[in-house]
Amino acid sequence: MALDTVAIAQSSPDNVQPFAELGLKADEYARIKEILGRRPTSSELAMYSVMWSEHCSYKSSKTHLKQFGEKAPKSDALLVGIGENAGVVDVGQGYAVTFKIESHNHPSFIEPYQGAATGIGGIVRDILTMGARPIAVMDPLRFGPADAPDTRRVLPGIVAGVGGYGNCLGLPNIGGEVVFDETYIGNPLVNALCVGVMKHSDIKLAKAAGAGNLVVLYGAKTGGDGIGGVSVLASETFGAGGSTKRPSVQVGDPFVEKVLIECSLEIFAEDLVIGIQDLGGAGLSCATSELASGGSGGMKVALDKVPLRDPSLSPEEILMSESQERMCAIVEPSKIARFLEICKKWDVTVTVIGEVTDGDRLEITWNGEVIVNVPPRTVAHEGPVYNRPLAQPAYIDQVNSQKVNVPMPSGAFEIKAAVLKLAGAPNLADKSWVTAQYDKYVQGNTIQAQPDDSGMVRLDEKTHLGVAISTDANANWSYLNPYQGAKLALAEAARNIATAGARPLAVTNCLNFGSPEDPGVMWQFAESVRGLADGCLEMGLPVTGGNVSFYNQTGAVAILPTPVIGVLGVIQDVRKRTPMSYKSSGLELFLLGETQEDLAGSEWAFLHGQRVGQSPDADLAREMRLIELLLEGNAFFNAAHDLSQGGLSAGLTEMVLRHNVGATISLSNPAIELLSETPGRVIVAIEASKASQLQALATKYSIAISKLGTTGGESLTINDAVISLDELRTAHTSTFPRLFG
Amino acid sequence: MRVGVITFPGTLDDRDAARAVVAGGSEAVSLWHADADLKSVDAVILPGGFSYGDYLRCGAISRFAPVMQLVIEAAGKGMPVLGICNGFQVLCESHLLPGALTRNSDLHFLCRDQEIEIVNNTTPWTSSYKAGEKIVIPLKNGEGSFQCDDTTLAELEGEGRVIARYVGQNPNGSRNLIAGITNARGNVVGLMPHPEHAIDELTGPSAQGLGFFTSILHAMAK
Amino acid sequence: MAKIVVDVMLKPEILDPQGNAVASALPRLGFSFAKSVRQGKRFEIEVEGEPTAAQLAEVEKAAEVLLSNPVIENYVVRVEK
Repeated sequence: MALDTVAIAQSSPDNVQPFAELGLKADEYARIKEILGRRPTSSELAMYSVMWSEHCSYKSSKTHLKQFGEKAPKSDALLVGIGENAGVVDVGQGYAVTFKIESHNHPSFIEPYQGAATGIGGIVRDILTMGARPIAVMDPLRFGPADAPDTRRVLPGIVAGVGGYGNCLGLPNIGGEVVFDETYIGNPLVNALCVGVMKHSDIKLAKAAGAGNLVVLYGAKTGGDGIGGVSVLASETFGAGGSTKRPSVQVGDPFVEKVLIECSLEIFAEDLVIGIQDLGGAGLSCATSELASGGSGGMKVALDKVPLRDPSLSPEEILMSESQERMCAIVEPSKIARFLEICKKWDVTVTVIGEVTDGDRLEITWNGEVIVNVPPRTVAHEGPVYNRPLAQPAYIDQVNSQKVNVPMPSGAFEIKAAVLKLAGAPNLADKSWVTAQYDKYVQGNTIQAQPDDSGMVRLDEKTHLGVAISTDANANWSYLNPYQGAKLALAEAARNIATAGARPLAVTNCLNFGSPEDPGVMWQFAESVRGLADGCLEMGLPVTGGNVSFYNQTGAVAILPTPVIGVLGVIQDVRKRTPMSYKSSGLELFLLGETQEDLAGSEWAFLHGQRVGQSPDADLAREMRLIELLLEGNAFFNAAHDLSQGGLSAGLTEMVLRHNVGATISLSNPAIELLSETPGRVIVAIEASKASQLQALATKYSIAISKLGTTGGESLTINDAVISLDELRTAHTSTFPRLFG
Repeated sequence: MRVGVITFPGTLDDRDAARAVVAGGSEAVSLWHADADLKSVDAVILPGGFSYGDYLRCGAISRFAPVMQLVIEAAGKGMPVLGICNGFQVLCESHLLPGALTRNSDLHFLCRDQEIEIVNNTTPWTSSYKAGEKIVIPLKNGEGSFQCDDTTLAELEGEGRVIARYVGQNPNGSRNLIAGITNARGNVVGLMPHPEHAIDELTGPSAQGLGFFTSILHAMAK
Repeated sequence: MAKIVVDVMLKPEILDPQGNAVASALPRLGFSFAKSVRQGKRFEIEVEGEPTAAQLAEVEKAAEVLLSNPVIENYVVRVEK
């Protein structure tokens, strides 16, 4: 095929171009012609098509995501906000922590191992590109029903991919989620979070500044991975019952990324880069246009200099390639020799492919001929902005007006059966089958990991400064009331941080929804964003960045709205953290927070096939008081465990099995108290002598408190229901091996 | 007491091993795979990780690194060498230790707090432990199944060269529950689980791994 | 253009969990022909022109020292069209 240059484009304005096949709408194609004053070359068309895709341009979500900026609470801790590769917060002692969560949903359905692996690879590079050493990962995962054949196809591959890539990078996996629901069959959700640390002075941004500075591509060679993956794949819903799309999937090599990390950190340590960007979705199209946009605006690139794994690739394919483990840096000429030396030490392929220019165009040549000449901001930032129509779906009023109708256990026999049933439910059961495939020890700084309420890592071995992170979502509540659901997830993640004694500081989010072309889905999205933004403002936690994944649906059936909220917090001394459970007998157990009849959206209701009713209302003022109580109580708590899915039943199960010390509990209304999922509740274990101190704290912060019982023994005894720890453990730990081998 | 810790491309637990060396009372010296220079260390640790991405076979490429030439020579003269996990794999590929590490029998990567018994406390890496002492340290690998032929097994057992054995259920299919072995001379030790991740209860399941790093200090003091 | 092929297999007495996993998976997919399955590796080496005896001897050495681990693996070197 003849090279389509700018000159040829100018002289052949009426050439028919396959813009629709590349995912562009007719009006978007027309707008490109308007911007350029001519038809685009095929390379320019390729760039616009990937960069204006939903995944890259956020065209359906931008108008709503603005709220995170508009409603941003004032925070002195925020060093880099939304808009960069990842947000950065000041955690004290000169340390800056960067963290972000992203999705890799569609590729993981197609090729579970590589989809999940490259999801981890991508988020880690986002953290690296901020100038930080990545120090931990987390993986909230969602699948179809646990016993569905396709779940047995995707779950093992996804878990192996997360582990295979993350372990090889030397990143401890400090937490995540595994949730099953029929809504995700055909659309598994693979969200990956990474956190990194650096000194304030190390922060790097994605900008190309200084005419004459060099554009340097380093890392893996470029091949045909994932060509068209972004624009074609992420904006395509899977046809129900139809054949699956098999475009070229991205394939990752974690060894190359590990070497890339070490090489990059040495480069950063010697202050050799002015700006840097990793190559993720949309590869070079994204890196060049973003870097050029972020800087003075001009860049010239010789595409033929890009080192190739596959010499048969055309320029369009090179621009769209999503080959993994590549970075693009802007380097001053005086520093390039040292840059190349460090790459040589680590045996990393490195090529100067262009330079920053005066002016405001991004110009790309192929063997001397100009094939791209565009204003970079129009590619990277000024893509289409849609105001999609939204309409509250009919189901909302229907489900909200119904009442949950589930059997309520009474008497010892039924209570015991209910506790065992919840303990073994796939959503609540022991997840060791999954988490044992993840290294949680590497780097030697992991303080908490699964199954604790939050992951916690030490940042400084001398001062013991640390950070804690939790990711949470409740799709049932989001389904019943997206506005409240988002607030409730935020509150839960923040509460999970505080139970360990860390103070919540900042937020990231991964918003997984169906098709934005469905007004009902769009309404769910808008309400969720509004809820999250309002919640963050009230709680004083800025959103530092995040990710939107649309088109998670099969045919006309969208997934439940699933906004996953990640909260990061700081703890001054990790040695003083409050563990999730206790090791001694004779301690007293208290429940902080009042229990209402909140069965709508609960696991108990789910197990009985019901998703109706009204979600709880988030009371963020009360949640914030509870957080202060937890932080103050950290000084004398033996243990603190957040209650969420599965309510008190699950909370007690998890606590007694953690260190194999039972408990004796008295409840006046056991069915409701065990099964309800009222938010804002925490079980606390303290020494008897501290009871009045705890009472005083509860009064100080106006938090309801009730005594549950005492620790000790070899059973979980609730009123007269006696469940031996052995029996409870068997129920809790046999589910996953039975399902997945 | 200077203990070298080698970094190959893809090594992951080198900084953790160095931390453990320091906690054990020695000085940690960083050794680069491409430099044929042992920097006058008294002992060498090959740490865990995925050197060269486990390409070809675990440790198969690392074994040919310039630094390994010197390690093999020094080991031949009695220098204490400890290979942890991937390091153990490199030692086997280098034929400093017999046998080989293969894929875990259930095919999954496994990270667990593993109880092992120190069955031989006469090596410079295990002398801090009592014979028969049981400790809990992390096991984390995908290729930890120790395999060898019957002759080698008889030799190892007969000569008391098994230094550690898994307690309880076999986590990965290793013959005779072998978690670690030593060479005939007793100076080269390979261990699958990770003692460097059990040096304090804050970050590990116990502090019982520290013994490997205090042993070497006392071994050299003799 | 001919190429030199090196087939590497685990020695018969070495546990092969990957081969076993394949053997278990086959009947689940309706294939009943296999009594047992062993999994190995195949290296394809291109040289200039036709492989010479000297080159084959070198490949044998390479197979012994790098491509296989003689402690647990056997190898076979041959020429394929």
